[in-house]
Amino acid sequence: MPTLISHTEPTAPARTGTQIRLAGVTKDYGLAAPAVDDVSLTIEPGEFMTLLGPSGSGKTTTLNLIAGFETLTAGSIAFDGTDVSNLPPHKRNLGMLFQNYALFPHLTVAQNVAYPLRERKLAKPEIARKVAEVLELVQLTGRDNHHPAQLSGGQQQRVALARAIVFGPNALLLDEPLGALDRNLRGTLQAEIHRIHREVGTTFVFVTHDQEEAMNLSDRIALFNNGRIEQVGTPEDLYQRPETLFTATFLGDSNVFDASPAPDGTFAWEDNIWTVDRSTVSARAAAGDHVALVVRPEDVRLEGAVPADANAVTATIRDIEYMGAYRTAVLALGHDGVAGRARLDALAADFRPGQAVTAWWPVARQHIVATL
Amino acid sequence: MQAKAKQWLLVLPALALLAAVLLVPLGRSLKLSVAGGSLEHYKSLFTDGVTLTVLARTAATAAVVTLIAVLLGYPYAYLMTRVEPRLRGLLMVIVLVPFWTSVMARNFAWVIILQRGGPVNSFFRLFGWDLVLYQSVAGVAIAMSQVLLPFMVLPLFSALSGIDRRLLLAARGLGSHPVRAFWKVYWPLSRGGVVAGLILVFTLSLGFYVTPALVGAPQQSLVAQLLGQRTTQLLDFEGAGALGMLVLVVTLALVAWANRLGGTISAIGLVAAAPAKGARS
Amino acid sequence: MTVTLEKPRRATKVDPIPWWLKLVGLAVALYFVLPTLFVIPMSFSTATTFQFPPRGFSLRLYQNFFTNPVWLDALRNSVLIALLAALLATVVGTAAAIGLHNLTGRLARFARTLLMVSIVTPAIVLAVAVYISFLQWRLVGTLGGYVLAHAAIGVPFVLISVTGALGGFDPKLLRASASLGAPPLRAFLTVTMPLISRGIVTGAVFAFVTSFDEVVIALFLRSPALQTLPVQMYNSVTVEIDPTIAASSSVVVTAVTTICLVLQFVGGRRRNR
Repeated sequence: MPTLISHTEPTAPARTGTQIRLAGVTKDYGLAAPAVDDVSLTIEPGEFMTLLGPSGSGKTTTLNLIAGFETLTAGSIAFDGTDVSNLPPHKRNLGMLFQNYALFPHLTVAQNVAYPLRERKLAKPEIARKVAEVLELVQLTGRDNHHPAQLSGGQQQRVALARAIVFGPNALLLDEPLGALDRNLRGTLQAEIHRIHREVGTTFVFVTHDQEEAMNLSDRIALFNNGRIEQVGTPEDLYQRPETLFTATFLGDSNVFDASPAPDGTFAWEDNIWTVDRSTVSARAAAGDHVALVVRPEDVRLEGAVPADANAVTATIRDIEYMGAYRTAVLALGHDGVAGRARLDALAADFRPGQAVTAWWPVARQHIVATL
Repeated sequence: MQAKAKQWLLVLPALALLAAVLLVPLGRSLKLSVAGGSLEHYKSLFTDGVTLTVLARTAATAAVVTLIAVLLGYPYAYLMTRVEPRLRGLLMVIVLVPFWTSVMARNFAWVIILQRGGPVNSFFRLFGWDLVLYQSVAGVAIAMSQVLLPFMVLPLFSALSGIDRRLLLAARGLGSHPVRAFWKVYWPLSRGGVVAGLILVFTLSLGFYVTPALVGAPQQSLVAQLLGQRTTQLLDFEGAGALGMLVLVVTLALVAWANRLGGTISAIGLVAAAPAKGARS
Repeated sequence: MTVTLEKPRRATKVDPIPWWLKLVGLAVALYFVLPTLFVIPMSFSTATTFQFPPRGFSLRLYQNFFTNPVWLDALRNSVLIALLAALLATVVGTAAAIGLHNLTGRLARFARTLLMVSIVTPAIVLAVAVYISFLQWRLVGTLGGYVLAHAAIGVPFVLISVTGALGGFDPKLLRASASLGAPPLRAFLTVTMPLISRGIVTGAVFAFVTSFDEVVIALFLRSPALQTLPVQMYNSVTVEIDPTIAASSSVVVTAVTTICLVLQFVGGRRRNR
């Protein structure tokens, strides 16, 4: 069992959490397609793993399967090598943070936090000590006797967090906990969750549909699509080395060119033959026929001579969007005017809508991804 | 803008009707009950040896009615919060069926069902038990609960549908067995509605006249029958006035209490207006 | 309070409704609906007592109900009293609802509570008080006595439904109509009335049903010359052991159900228009 480390001594993370291994996990409600389809994933002890994906992609169902609120159709779930597939939720010893906080409105802050400790039949002084400790950790000391309704949204969130970690759970499951908050508060609480992960050092499994949140918080991200995992990796992996078109477009903006691979290993688009660096072809793209070339807006240039190791395409500027720190050119690419974007830095020349330009990017900055 | 006085002019006829039928007669009853400035008639309620027994029997019957109502009403109201809206609407209409079926038809039906040789008696005789609920307190309670259940179900339904069911998931996730999660989280949150329903059903049971007269035993009369008897047979208007005032004050006090606990008058209004609401939505 | 943006999408899957709960729900639903239906087979019995199960099949009880002057007079009295009581309750109740809608303050709230109080007053307490006073005012056993008493207990229902209808009424419409040249009474008849008519009709129907079904006060106001149908039904169980009550009950239950269904239908049609 991990112990709480007082936040007065933010030492090295104590990676003491539980390993969660999903093997062939499937949940089928008897609808057209399974909600979760043969998902295998190992979440390492102390890791901050985010299950990211659009709504209906199976991420929340996967979380509920880990928590035990849903029963498996097939596959197995193991904590530290022990199969827990048939264990009811109250015996899994997991902390859970719900989107709506799920604080008990008839109990005070202290009683809410003490709830899991009482269920575990701890001695009264022990409960009091742990409650005080964890309220200090979430910076809510002195609010013990308030009722949830008397607290702000952010404070309620902290109480829920305190209640979810006070009993030293095997892991903390977070179900879109920031979804209901306004933008400013989200930023603050993201930092808070990050800090508490560092200090508590247990395994965190975080569900969100917000890619920015996922990138900021996670050690690794499992990207879900249609009940399957599209790609697992660090935020940088997913952003810089997307395997599939879905990954490339779900995380960040991308310019997308449907590319047909020629037998000689080159890729053609309209009347361009792209120069391709083998290192930018994803494994899944190399294995299949359905591929696309994607390039991030920040890698696209509109001025200067096109170097040798670059791909270029004609484009027309449709619009210039002012984003504060930078501007974005909205482009129509090639003959057919495929929609695209390029980031202009502050010092870039004065482009105007309607202007014809050449858009180019270094070959090393493009990605060849699978579209299926 | 119309003058305030004009608006009050519109309210006046209704108030006059109310005064003629409710306020003045009740006021006269009150006056009769304290005739000569003495509380003698109230004193004799507790000393005549009959009234107190009848009041105790009435309270006991009301308690049984209330118990039946909460035992049936809680699961029913809970089920209503769980099913999809169409079925919920149907369950709501079903609750109100006894409320809008003719009082006499309903009570006559209970006489048929509970009498010797009726379906209930025949059923128990299959097991060798010659149980006749007709002219018993239990029979009266069963017949009264049927029509009073809406007053339990509606406040309960409104309390239960305000409870976030995800709290139960949270409790299970925090280590509670599902049954324990219910007791520690759901039940405390529903208690306000339960108490309001209990008080309301108990209170309304106190004034029942037709059901105990038809389904109950003549020698086991309740306070409403005693009140009627004092008035029409004994012509003891002063005694009847005192007893009536006692019942009225207890009733209004209990209703006001239940109302403070959770919108009971509105629940009654809901029962009364529910078919109209159904027509609207 | 907590902020909730997303309703649980999979609540039913996460915790299914237990089978025993459905069973209890079904049993309670039957308890609500079934008993009253027992009067229908009874009404076709050939027996001269309340014996169950009913014997034979005949329309004899219906024939008696619709030809015996005692039953027929009681039915006619009930319909007449209920119509007049509903009319009176609807007129004064609607006026009061409109007046109170435009009034605020403690006094108006108190008046509203006062008008509603008959709903929670035990019928027997009211009946006894009314009997004692009406005896002195020579209203016992008279049409006027019944109508006054039943109208008073019908007012809350009119008040509730008309107030509900007024809640959705936009007062700007009246100013619009005034600006178009309509005097207040005309504005009321051409603008307010049509818009709250459904509330008025609903209230009137419930006032009618309340009076038609009322038995406790009617038992005290009855005279040999003038008594209502519920009182005759009461007599037939307590004094006469007359199974005609089965036919009477079936007719009343069918009639009230029909009225409610028609009201529902009319409400539905108005909504669609």
